[in-house]
Amino acid sequence: MSIQMNEVYKAFGDVRVLEGFSLEVEEGETLVVLGRSGSGKSVMLKHIVGLLLPDKGNVWVDGQQISNLPTKELYLLRRKVGYVFQFAALFDSMSVAENVGMGLERMKEFSREEIRDRVEECLTLVGLEGLSDRFPAELSGGQKKRAGIARAIAIRPKYLLYDEPTTGLDPLTKAVIDRLILRMNRELGVTGVVITHDMESAYRVGDRIAMLYGGRRRFLGTPDELRSTTDGVVKGFVEGRPELLENAS
Amino acid sequence: MTERILAPFSTIGRRAVALAAGIGRWGMLTAETFRSLRHVDVWGRLLLQQMAKIGLDSVPIAVFIAIFTGIVLSLQASYTFTGAVPLYFVGVLVGKTMMLELGPVLTGLALSGRVGANIAAEIGTMRVTEQIDALETMAYPPVAYLVLPRVLAGIIMFPVVTALAIAVGIGSGWLTALQLLDMSTPEFVRGLTLFFEPFDVTFAFIKATSFGFVVTTIGCLFGFHTRGGAEGVGTSTTQAVVVSSMSILVLDAFWAVTLL
Ligand SMILES: Nc1ncnc2c1ncn2[C@@H]1O[C@H](COP(=O)(O)OP(=O)(O)OP(=O)(O)O)[C@@H](O)[C@H]1O
Ligand SMILES: [Mg+2]
Repeated sequence: MSIQMNEVYKAFGDVRVLEGFSLEVEEGETLVVLGRSGSGKSVMLKHIVGLLLPDKGNVWVDGQQISNLPTKELYLLRRKVGYVFQFAALFDSMSVAENVGMGLERMKEFSREEIRDRVEECLTLVGLEGLSDRFPAELSGGQKKRAGIARAIAIRPKYLLYDEPTTGLDPLTKAVIDRLILRMNRELGVTGVVITHDMESAYRVGDRIAMLYGGRRRFLGTPDELRSTTDGVVKGFVEGRPELLENAS
Repeated sequence: MTERILAPFSTIGRRAVALAAGIGRWGMLTAETFRSLRHVDVWGRLLLQQMAKIGLDSVPIAVFIAIFTGIVLSLQASYTFTGAVPLYFVGVLVGKTMMLELGPVLTGLALSGRVGANIAAEIGTMRVTEQIDALETMAYPPVAYLVLPRVLAGIIMFPVVTALAIAVGIGSGWLTALQLLDMSTPEFVRGLTLFFEPFDVTFAFIKATSFGFVVTTIGCLFGFHTRGGAEGVGTSTTQAVVVSSMSILVLDAFWAVTLL
């Protein structure tokens, strides 16, 4: 099991976000996580890289338990994980190229030229060729998002965690990013977790789809299983019909 | 009734607890900062940049303050001494005051506004926009990357800027004495050297170093613990300036009590 969350609980003060959330991501699959705004999807994803630690329960990644990991090992593990932040989180004192090259530089295995080439390659993959000298403040929202994706894939990670990679993009760019996610998965064997609200993207990239609801996992199955689900909460969310949700809960 | 009588005490109590918690967090961040010295590969190449930003960029404001302080000290000394004390004592007063007190403290206060606010705002923004989380996921230890280079730069550059301010202040005091007080250069220099002790320099150096440490660590502390968007960044910035200015004054008194 490559990524595993067991009965994870997490609260911020009185706000209980995760209440016994469990998830297993198989090696080499792309797992989509759905859930309403504020349901705790980003909080869940942050547990996988140890940005947040569970109050109770545990998280395993690549055979290691995150909360027991000494700092040094945690940082080594993080070099295998690419994280696409919901709001890009680009370093605004650095150019786009420097942002994308940050992870590679840290690994100290690459020459300046190799880093430059890899950065250019990744920017091309997300459709940002020619913008490498811009600063984040000079990019549009969608461009920032894509620069964030380029930064995450630059280190050729074994795991990629995408927090709403296509939210706010036009349909065409969205399709490009969805294809990129598929390509990372098919060609580089990346194991992925994709958070999204967008059902079209979910069906396009997901090998399996899960839904987070009330701090727990409400659904887990293939896209076909999702289409034919009879659970009102899940069906109501997927089809955008609040009345189903009310009846079910 | 009792509640109303006790209210001020419970406010004081809560403030005291908050203060203790703040000092605890500061201690933890400071300890982590020193532990981060081992990540030279992370902070090494950022140090020069921070020294330029914290040191060089602060020179104009420090010099500006020093020039006017020197002028005022010189004139006030002669005004105070009129007739009763020989005029060369103007040199004593300008030199001693600049070196022991006003050079380090005024520079420290000016830099707590400039450097402390800048650090808190920059790191605070990085916190609320998840840039610090991004550093973490890219395997850069944030304290080594953000805090350590700033703290080291503060420790190194505050004394340099302060030394410059002291020199400029004494210089402007001397020029004032020449131009407005009819003093001669030998007279002024006689006063300057009369009670000079090498310890004066050490004392100024200790003050400036400690101020640099306090201003940068407090700026980083408030930046790191920023919450809640632009408003949160504003709050941390203000608090960083207020707390570091107060700490400078307290430290100043502390050194006077323990070292003089
Ligand atoms: N650092 C934090 N401190 C306090 N509360 C937090 C923190 N992070 C998240 N929360 C709370 O946890 C809940 C879930 O937040 P989260 O960001 O995971 O939602 P989400 O499912 O990603 O929503 P969206 O789809 O809008 O991004 C929210 O109620 C939020 O206020
Ligand atoms: Mg989110």
